[in-house]
Amino acid sequence: MISEHTVKAFDEDITRLRGLITEMGGLAETALEGALDALIRGDEVLAERIVADDRKLDTLEIEVDRLAVKIIALRAPMADDLREVIAALKIAGVVERIGDYAKNIAKRVGQIEGRTRFEPLTLLPAMADLAAEMVHDVLTAYAARDPALAREVIASDKKVDAFYNSIFRNLVSHMVENPATISSAAQLLFVARNIERIGDHATNVAEMVYFAATGSYPLDDDS
Amino acid sequence: MTVLHEMDEKAEAKMRARDVSVYYGDKKAIDDVSIDIPTKFVTAFIGPSGCGKSTFLRTLNRMNDTIASARVEGDIELDGENIYSSGMDVVQLRARVGMVFQKPNPFPKSIYDNIAYGPKIHGLANSKGDLDEIVEKSLQRAGLWNEVKDRLGESGTALSGGQQQRLCIARAIAVDPEVILMDEPASALDPIATAKIEELIDELAGRYAIVIVTHSMQQAARVSQRTAFFHLGKMVEYGPTDEIFTNPLEERTKDYITGRYG
Repeated sequence: MISEHTVKAFDEDITRLRGLITEMGGLAETALEGALDALIRGDEVLAERIVADDRKLDTLEIEVDRLAVKIIALRAPMADDLREVIAALKIAGVVERIGDYAKNIAKRVGQIEGRTRFEPLTLLPAMADLAAEMVHDVLTAYAARDPALAREVIASDKKVDAFYNSIFRNLVSHMVENPATISSAAQLLFVARNIERIGDHATNVAEMVYFAATGSYPLDDDS
Repeated sequence: MTVLHEMDEKAEAKMRARDVSVYYGDKKAIDDVSIDIPTKFVTAFIGPSGCGKSTFLRTLNRMNDTIASARVEGDIELDGENIYSSGMDVVQLRARVGMVFQKPNPFPKSIYDNIAYGPKIHGLANSKGDLDEIVEKSLQRAGLWNEVKDRLGESGTALSGGQQQRLCIARAIAVDPEVILMDEPASALDPIATAKIEELIDELAGRYAIVIVTHSMQQAARVSQRTAFFHLGKMVEYGPTDEIFTNPLEERTKDYITGRYG
């Protein structure tokens, strides 16, 4: 348990900053799950809502930036406080990007025809679940300042990459065999690529969580 | 036990303190402190009021000799020579280890005489010409020359606070010291005068061993390369300034620098 600052308003600022990050993470996680759900079911109404909701993430990111700048200017944070603020700044940018990828997946929902014929569509939800779990876990690690859990998230990225490679091969052979569906298959390839990128970004967040909690980077501690 | 960080550079130790304890009467103000003060670096002592940082600073040129009840145990060496040995000339020591105080304390004499006084009594100048040169060089190094060169005959006490402090630094420099101790040198100054003092410390750092006691953590972070954190008479942690302020190893250091000290 971290003790309180002598200046209470400092604690309030840090708590607010952490709250904003957690809120952003929750929105990104929901957007990703919703985008995949919309994709699988072909639910364009849901897809549109996800695209529209992305604005909330953009707004929150700006709020994080403003608050972090204010804390640095007014409180001159040191040591773990400083790392916390720097990490929050970077995490906000990355989580906003995760939201963008979810939005991009949602935008493709209307452009996939004959979805039942695509075998990759059965693999994508599992891949997306894994990526969503990474996003969820990394936010839990952030909230708990838990470097061990952050490391687990970093390790999970390999599994997402393996999914991507498998789906990529699957889609390419599908395209070779069914040239008429290349357009839709290409859309799915982008979806898979987006999910793969989300895994990478969750890994970046995990590295920042690790840094904020320990003061070193996971790579340094491995060597 | 002090937590010591690994130091990057193999800096040459100008002063070396070993197992130093200081008592005021029965009260132990410094408890078993060992530290190497490197030359050509700025070392900052930080810590809450009453932690002993100023007391320890004063042991480095025996300023506490003036306090009757003060007693120092342990060894403090300057270039390998114990400064508390009976053969040590204290006046000579204080020329080699100069001091700048919180409140500027120029002599009630002319600007020129403020600087010339030390070199005169230490016999550093053979002629008026030598002395003029020392005065000019010292004022230049202290960044004050251009502001006072046309009024060297005016009283030092007529200068502004920031100028007076730079005059005191020039006075310390004039006797060609090896170490400069600064006890809160900027805490009585406005931000612009403070910035000038900090700039001056930066410039002087390559030439002397500088030790600064400051309550401003930002100032310690800005001007020093080494930081030692004192708490309740003990040196808790000592290491490169950037590490102390970004990733301190000791909980007490962290609590202090992040403003959680109760």
